[in-house]
Amino acid sequence: MRTDQGAAYAVGERVRIKDLGKPGHVRTPIYVRRKTGVIDSYVGRFENPEERAYGRIGGERIPLYRVRLKQQDLWPDYEGPERDTLVLEIYDHWLERA
Amino acid sequence: MTHDHDHDHDHDHDHDHDHDHDHDHDHGHGHSHAHPHPTREDDDLELTYGEAKFIALRAMLIEKGVITGDEVRRRLEINDMAGPHQGARMVARAWLDPDYKARMLQDGKKAAIELGIQVTEAEVMAIENTPGVHNLVVCTLCSCYPRSLLGEPPAWYVSKAYRSRAVREPRTVLKEFGLAFPEEVEIRVHDSNADLRYIILPLRPAGTEGMTEEELAALVSRDCLVGAALPGPVPA
Repeated sequence: MRTDQGAAYAVGERVRIKDLGKPGHVRTPIYVRRKTGVIDSYVGRFENPEERAYGRIGGERIPLYRVRLKQQDLWPDYEGPERDTLVLEIYDHWLERA
Repeated sequence: MTHDHDHDHDHDHDHDHDHDHDHDHDHGHGHSHAHPHPTREDDDLELTYGEAKFIALRAMLIEKGVITGDEVRRRLEINDMAGPHQGARMVARAWLDPDYKARMLQDGKKAAIELGIQVTEAEVMAIENTPGVHNLVVCTLCSCYPRSLLGEPPAWYVSKAYRSRAVREPRTVLKEFGLAFPEEVEIRVHDSNADLRYIILPLRPAGTEGMTEEELAALVSRDCLVGAALPGPVPA
């Protein structure tokens, strides 16, 4: 597992995914916005795809996390048991402590 | 690259065959004259906008010396070497070698390179199925897929139906693939939405003790590597 002294969130910490309402090449799908989960792992630092997609290459590298959410928190009428989960990658600026 | 006119397109079928045989056209009256060779549609159809743009851009980049035709050819050869057999090799090795498995779970890209696979992805994460957790990969935003290890994704993987339903009703989707899991098994969906590409390390099936790496790799189909299938069948 990777670590980063500069990472704001620890593994297991509860986080809410923000809805920044930002247009363009954003990598935070609509269905997880405003949802709460936990930090599954820290992935590393990457250039922001929201900038890279428009040719602004070489910018600051920002922390990326894998966030794990309960399916029942994503979908109120979820078909399966409580233990089912979904994990996806969320950049630091889309997260806040829950 | 459908419209790569640098080489001859007639030659994608097997030339070892006898041109006088009847290609399974059973006419029922046993005559032996050479039948017309099955024709293949020429690809001299009108180019789409994207294809025309691609060809023009490539020609310009070559003309200006930014890239060479040889580099394009070499990259196409790398693309053609990619396929699910590469991911299957990693899985078979991991089943046989616990140290390799640990390295694969630590850094999927390094583990692929270790087997001589040319990895074009920035990062590859291997995720292990366990008796308690079955993993399924989807890219809801587009069609992210570890192409170096699995080749081009199947049509269903890039379909809007799979991309929307895999995150919404994964158990129903898995059932449609023939996989039913009891409620005690967690279904964990991985949305490949940003910088990582995922490969699933499936559970080694029972009854495979003593099998060679090649025999094990043959059990691992493309769909196993994204969690839509399980390895097998194991020969009796």
